[in-house]
Amino acid sequence: MSSTTDISASALPPHPEKRGPAPAAGPEAYLALLKPRVMSLVIFTAAVGMVAAYAAGAYLHPGLALVSLLAIAVGAGASGALNMWWDADIDAVMARTANRPVPRGQVPRPEAAGFGGALSALSVALLALSSNYLAAGLLAFTIFFYVIVYSMWLKRLTAQNIVIGGAAGALPPVVAWAAVSGDMPVAAWILFAIIFLWTPPHFWALALYKEGDYARAGIPMLPNVAGHDATRRQILIYSVLLALSGIAPVAVGMGGFVYLAVAVLMGGYFVKLAVDLLRADKNDKGPAKKLFAYSIVYLFGIFAAVLVEDLVVLAAPFIS
Amino acid sequence: MTPEDQKARNQRNLAIAGSVVLFIVLVYGVTVLRISAAAG
Repeated sequence: MSSTTDISASALPPHPEKRGPAPAAGPEAYLALLKPRVMSLVIFTAAVGMVAAYAAGAYLHPGLALVSLLAIAVGAGASGALNMWWDADIDAVMARTANRPVPRGQVPRPEAAGFGGALSALSVALLALSSNYLAAGLLAFTIFFYVIVYSMWLKRLTAQNIVIGGAAGALPPVVAWAAVSGDMPVAAWILFAIIFLWTPPHFWALALYKEGDYARAGIPMLPNVAGHDATRRQILIYSVLLALSGIAPVAVGMGGFVYLAVAVLMGGYFVKLAVDLLRADKNDKGPAKKLFAYSIVYLFGIFAAVLVEDLVVLAAPFIS
Repeated sequence: MTPEDQKARNQRNLAIAGSVVLFIVLVYGVTVLRISAAAG
């Protein structure tokens, strides 16, 4: 463990009882349980999966596709609520998460569980109605994987938690593709692979400069368990694999020359930042912060490029 | 219960009612679309 890790009592966020009474929980507290920022990323990646499926020749009535997208988003939010129910104890001791509604005392744990459970069931049922049972089953599996496999089992057990658990965050484009086409072709799994390989460098970069938070909570993140050097090497390995997987959509016709240029440039810069991180001074948190921030830009850029190319394919018959 | 608690509870109740109505409308709309697609 790094000598710079601050796990002293002074670094702890105030105990909920010492922070004063929490404001009464209005709808916004329940909305916060859904992790809106994560939901927005899920909506975006799922929307790209849907548009790619249309571009590949599949068809679902646009109204049904919109309802399906809503169901996928609600399913992702439900996973977040169940995660906050289960992780309330560790959220309370991490500065990054101490103000979430459950550790703050705004929403009782059983209510968070009921809210998340009810939304999970409704989202899966709605997706079954609006698209097909394959997509609904995949959404149910995604929620199961995130809550049971990642939150309840892996997160507190192994430093590989976010590597395996990342599968849950990578599934939304596949669910969305299945919703439109009733199928899960290789192209959908390429989108899955990009998010899956993106997850470790994204979260390990965060863990490198939030190490004290995770150590206090007893979460075995890679920097706490294997040290900074090993984490930085792992980040570089995954960054190279990510940059290569970013080119794969071209091989299946999901992206053309514009996409290829974006993928090469953005992937190359991702690897450069990973190399910078590997060479940086151990106590310098700047490169990790920079890589974390860029990783979000990278994922958005890659999926936006797929979206643009597929929209051009869909618009071509109307233009010519 | 303080006035703030009461206000928050009223807002929660309204949000739940709105969500239930939205869900019913969505299920109705999806059903109509699917029947139309099957008939067409």
